Amino acid sequence: MSQPSMSKSMTVGESGLAALFAVTAFLCVIAAAKALDAPFAFHASLSAAASLAAVFVILNRYFERPAALPPAEINGRPNYNMGPIKFSAFMAMFWGIAGFLVGLIIASQLAWPALNFDLPWISFGRLRPLHTSAVIFAFGGNVLLATSFYVVQKSCHVRLAGYLAPWFVVVGYNFFILIAGTGYLLGVTQGKEYAEPEWYSDLWLTIVWVVYLLVFLVTIIKRKEPHIFVANWFYLAFIVTIAVLHLGNNPALPVSVFGSKSYIAWGGIQDAMFQWWYGHNAVGFFLTAGFLAIMYYFIPKRAERPIYSYRLSIIHFWALIFLYIWAGPHHLHYTALPDWTQTLGMTFSIMLWMPSWGGMINGLMTLSGAWDKLRTDPVLRMLVVSVAFYGMSTFEGPMMSIKVVNSLSHYTDWTIGHVHSGALGWVGFVSFGALYCLVPWAWNRKGLYSLKLVNWHFWIATLGIVLYISAMWVSGILQGLMWRAYTSLGFLEYSFIETVEAMHPFYIIRAAGGGLFLIGALIMAYNLWMTVRAGEAEVQAPVALQPAE
Amino acid sequence: MTDHSEVDTVTGRSTTGHEWDGIKELNTPLPRWWVITFYLTIIWAIGYWIVYPAWPLISSNTTGWFGYSSRADVAVELASLEKIRGDKMVALGKAPLADIEKDPALLALARAKGKTVFGDNCAPCHGSGASGSKGYPNLNDDDWLWGGSLDQIMQTIQYGVRSGHSKTHEGQMLAFGKDGVLKADEIVTVANYVRSLAGLPTGQGFDKAKGEKLFADNCVSCHGEGGKGNQEMGAPNLTDKIWLYGSDEAALIETITNGRSGVMPAWEGRLDPATIKAMAVYVHSLGGGK
Repeated sequence: MSQPSMSKSMTVGESGLAALFAVTAFLCVIAAAKALDAPFAFHASLSAAASLAAVFVILNRYFERPAALPPAEINGRPNYNMGPIKFSAFMAMFWGIAGFLVGLIIASQLAWPALNFDLPWISFGRLRPLHTSAVIFAFGGNVLLATSFYVVQKSCHVRLAGYLAPWFVVVGYNFFILIAGTGYLLGVTQGKEYAEPEWYSDLWLTIVWVVYLLVFLVTIIKRKEPHIFVANWFYLAFIVTIAVLHLGNNPALPVSVFGSKSYIAWGGIQDAMFQWWYGHNAVGFFLTAGFLAIMYYFIPKRAERPIYSYRLSIIHFWALIFLYIWAGPHHLHYTALPDWTQTLGMTFSIMLWMPSWGGMINGLMTLSGAWDKLRTDPVLRMLVVSVAFYGMSTFEGPMMSIKVVNSLSHYTDWTIGHVHSGALGWVGFVSFGALYCLVPWAWNRKGLYSLKLVNWHFWIATLGIVLYISAMWVSGILQGLMWRAYTSLGFLEYSFIETVEAMHPFYIIRAAGGGLFLIGALIMAYNLWMTVRAGEAEVQAPVALQPAE
Repeated sequence: MTDHSEVDTVTGRSTTGHEWDGIKELNTPLPRWWVITFYLTIIWAIGYWIVYPAWPLISSNTTGWFGYSSRADVAVELASLEKIRGDKMVALGKAPLADIEKDPALLALARAKGKTVFGDNCAPCHGSGASGSKGYPNLNDDDWLWGGSLDQIMQTIQYGVRSGHSKTHEGQMLAFGKDGVLKADEIVTVANYVRSLAGLPTGQGFDKAKGEKLFADNCVSCHGEGGKGNQEMGAPNLTDKIWLYGSDEAALIETITNGRSGVMPAWEGRLDPATIKAMAVYVHSLGGGK
């Protein structure tokens, strides 16, 4: 392979990035040597090793490649870049299973606290952020990376912008996950929910995210289609807003540049407000806008039907992104947050109901004329059921934001149930559906290894979700009612420990539901693995893919 | 630009004429019910803003029609609770401890209050049913380490056991093995002798006379003749088959070798006097009070 031609030379990106990583490796070695705490030393060493590996990979890739970079088009058709997509799809499945497994472990720890084993690394407090980050940012994030890079190329009819940049994004993002996750286990945390990674992980993510935005934007700018496809509006809203949220919630002053600990610039109720402005919009823009983008491409594609309403997509898109950003204060009802702020959070959440349902309507009604396919295509069924869960969660959310409802539901398992009907039902199922479509397409396979296994996955996971959310509804409402019960003498009827005892059976049911969800994902991983390994190649391969991609 | 729009045969709607990777869009108008509901939620929100505090101004905020504030709501709720229980708690605080159980109303109040406070403060160690666990005494039985009268229970709650409070219960089970007072084989003998005091079977080769001698030399000063215990020193009765740290030979050897000194915190200063009183009555009434 490696016969260097006369005209072959490194691109600015290749030489620049290799040099940058070499410098980074050097700086990380210094940081590791001067580190004030063991986790920081570990992370600095890991970063040094990763930077060196990056230099090696970039150089190796250069020596292996032909003189010319992969062409944007072959025979007049776009030469789509599938490598980073395959990587992210694989990582999504890996992190998904890891995240579901950790979820099952912590659900079991809540039912049987002895499973903490008195080991700090696997105590609930450290595994809980590992679970949430693994499922939201690692699993969900990789699904978003894979699908956004796929959808933007296909719907713009152009090859993904950048040569090394897309790889930088997907590998860099997963390195961020690695640093964040190992940090949690070692006790490194900012203590901000869904924003636990410390300052250096945050800085790295910022760099990766800016490159992600650039790759995505430049691809759209280079598009061969006159209009921008609806999914790309949602992806762009997701990428831009997550950047803003990340920067707004995380400004922090490190105690030392050689230590892991930092302090957030915000204090008191301002910090709480920033935190939930961030936290709620992580739901709104990461878990909603991003996954609606997936819905807008994969459902019409799979159902082979036009999108139900272009007008609805425009109106609900703008309404959604305008209204969502206000809703955060509903996480701080009945706290030190001023009443007027709570009012705004609640009323904007109510107004958000229909804009959210606009997405549901467009998803479900796109099946007009194709409902019969639900009987025969379990992948489409998964996608459609995800939209149904989306509709349910986005009704439940505004309802729970109403202050009188919130006074019962807040701090109880009801919230956990609500989150998981969205997370397992909506985000989980739409991701599974998209991956079931994407893997055969990206690996150029005729179809999935087994639709029967998809069917099994669908039913096992659905049963798991139903067990999970119904257990949490019952336990949450029970918990809320027990907390507020007073005796005729004016004393609390139940002590806290009695409410904990009352939760026990529901915690077991919840763990069982989570277990089923994990089993479903394992079936999926096997199915996808067999699709890639043993699947029949698509007969008319559209274009020859570049090697080493 | 040419118009590529076409009519979809299934729905009868025309498409917008755009197409991306084979995906088209129908030009369906917004569903009526969707638009109406959306407007209704907006109208509702505006109404809510008028009634309740809603929008920030330069240095204050709109206060709404009747000046609602959640802080005032809390004050009202606390006042209504105070109305129900306030006077009664004051009466409880004033009543001498011995008189509470004689007044049915005060007793009911003290037990209700005590149960609530017990659940949030004592249950983590003693269990929500007060039945204890290893190292944490069962409070339902009539076996008391530091006395089971109302006054004694109250004193234990107030000052704790080995809590560091100046009036706390002191007294420790010494570490006879660790401190070199008894040799390993002597400890086995004493452990078996203690088992014999409670009528439990002893191990093979157990020398009762030797055990009796060792017990008299080392243990009697606290646990008393015949091992009946001493509540002044918190030395448990060894004959009643109630064991704080277990009765098998291994557990007893562990106890004699390394000693025991469990801690109960002092509640004086953390809970107000009326609450402590209520708790003493509650614990006393669990079944074992003297």
